Amino acid sequence: MRAYMIRRLLLIIPTLFILTIIVFLAVRFIPGDLIDLMVGELEGWYAIDIDREALERMLGLDVPVHVQYGRWIGVLPTPDPFSMESRFNGLLQGTLGESLIGGWSIEERILGRLPVTFELGFLAIVIGLVIALPVGIYSAIRQDTATDYVGRTAAIVGMATPNFWLAIMVMLYPAIWWGWSPSVEYIPLVEDPLGNLGMFIIPSLILGTASAAGTMRLTRTMMLEVLRQDYIRTAWSKGLNERVVIMRHAIKNALIPIVTLIGMQLPMLVGGAVIMEEIFVLPGIGRLFLDALNDRDYPVIQGVNLFLSTVVLLTILLTDMIYPYLDPRVRYT
Amino acid sequence: MSDAAGIPSTEIAPRRRSRLAAFFIRLVKEKPLGAISGIIILISIFVAIFADALAPYGFLELHLEDRLTGPSAKYLLGTDGLGRDLLSRLIFGARVSMLVGLTVTTISVVISSLIGGVSGFLGGKSDLVVQRFVDAWIAFPGLLLLLTIMSIVGKGLPQIILVLGISGGIGGSRVLRSAVIAIKGSDYFLAAEAVGNTKWRSFIRHVMPNVMPVIIIAFSISIGGVIMSLASLGFLGYGLPANIADWGGMLSREGRRFMEQAPWLALWPGLALTITVYCLNMLGDAMRDLLDPRLRGGEG
Repeated sequence: MRAYMIRRLLLIIPTLFILTIIVFLAVRFIPGDLIDLMVGELEGWYAIDIDREALERMLGLDVPVHVQYGRWIGVLPTPDPFSMESRFNGLLQGTLGESLIGGWSIEERILGRLPVTFELGFLAIVIGLVIALPVGIYSAIRQDTATDYVGRTAAIVGMATPNFWLAIMVMLYPAIWWGWSPSVEYIPLVEDPLGNLGMFIIPSLILGTASAAGTMRLTRTMMLEVLRQDYIRTAWSKGLNERVVIMRHAIKNALIPIVTLIGMQLPMLVGGAVIMEEIFVLPGIGRLFLDALNDRDYPVIQGVNLFLSTVVLLTILLTDMIYPYLDPRVRYT
Repeated sequence: MSDAAGIPSTEIAPRRRSRLAAFFIRLVKEKPLGAISGIIILISIFVAIFADALAPYGFLELHLEDRLTGPSAKYLLGTDGLGRDLLSRLIFGARVSMLVGLTVTTISVVISSLIGGVSGFLGGKSDLVVQRFVDAWIAFPGLLLLLTIMSIVGKGLPQIILVLGISGGIGGSRVLRSAVIAIKGSDYFLAAEAVGNTKWRSFIRHVMPNVMPVIIIAFSISIGGVIMSLASLGFLGYGLPANIADWGGMLSREGRRFMEQAPWLALWPGLALTITVYCLNMLGDAMRDLLDPRLRGGEG
């Protein structure tokens, strides 16, 4: 068990390393005509003449790929595009670099935006569980009844409904019918907690119901599996009432796999958060990413990609690590 | 097939057909919702193929005098901001969705067979390395990865098909790897090795034919997801160029501009998308339950 834990922890190192390569290479093959386009845009931003070579230097594209990677990681010195002084300035030094357009520090901007995205994701997970668990459990203990069918159909409809379309409908129809639309001005949590919650509740509900669909299906399957086991039959034959059998005996074992599912749903949730932040104008990391895409601010895109994938990777690691403690039957070797 | 010897080949065909018919009868009897979904999918495939004949107008045909008109006899679902007929655009959008869904799935199956199949079959160090790559790939939130790559390669049908296909193939290779590993432990595989088959011969002749059904079913279930990804990218403006009618693009920033005056512009593409994805998922679930007992989980 301990050996497994150590092995699992050590394996995260090569995975993280490969992740940095994927994130790095994803923005490395910028075609030439895109560079020309960016030159024009940057001249507009900085109001100075920028030639192609200068931009390639700013992007670090003037040296071979492995040198670029070494600089980004921080094992090779990076020359400043203006003063040409070289220093180690990469991931190992704890920096994601600077925005191509604004010049601001990427890691500071990401951390500044994190509370918004975190709140959105956290509420979505909580809402998802609050909906999915009771429905999934009830659907399983009343298998093949009308309630079960309604719950399952709702789950499949929920999985098939695009969250961006649902969001547009929420923005559009209440506005047409009742003249009501969700606020698009950001209210910080510390200033007005209720107003802030009011802003987040609709996007989190949309994200939460989307993930609830999958969670509900898994909960139902796991419950059905557990309810067929011998120890449940024993509990029934001891004469325990349904409440005790379900709440005390079945649920505990059925819900363990849900922990893994939360880690697995996280990449989808991140994508959903990007879309919700775009539609509901929330100033989170997702908006930062979309703005950077729009401005072709590749260092920022790279930084956000690395940050969010690392969060997902570590969450999956965490759920894997706590799993054997939740379920002592699982013994890794 | 103990009676296979000596039977003329002409008799095999009707036998197969009856098995297919039996399958459809089971589908209708045991999974009525799956069967209805299948019929709706067949209709949309039909619509997609004969879009040119079925659509009342071209999907780029402008009627500037009829901009943003509501549903009418002339334009059954109304028109958009450029006076293009919404119904025609939906019909051509079905063609794009089906085309992308099928081609992307095919590419994904090939790529995941190469990565997952070979990695699982070889095992050992190469498997360990390849799986760390897949781990990292799975942790990279799909939408971010797709948006990043699409922003570099630019909008376009071939681009999006390749990007979605490759990305889905790498992510999905896990399913194939587990299936291959399961077969490697089975008796008939050991028997195949014992009678002196070479490694690659047993891989091609004994492993792949047995995992393919699992894979094809697993990936047909994902067609709905592919169409959804296409729409998400289109919605964010990184999908297909404006001269292709796709459902996600109709709901994008440009599409949303006129939605308050003409809410049907937002309603119909989303509804078409939801119904298509719902039916694909239902049909996929039903097929999986009927065809592959190994994947049957008592859900759906």
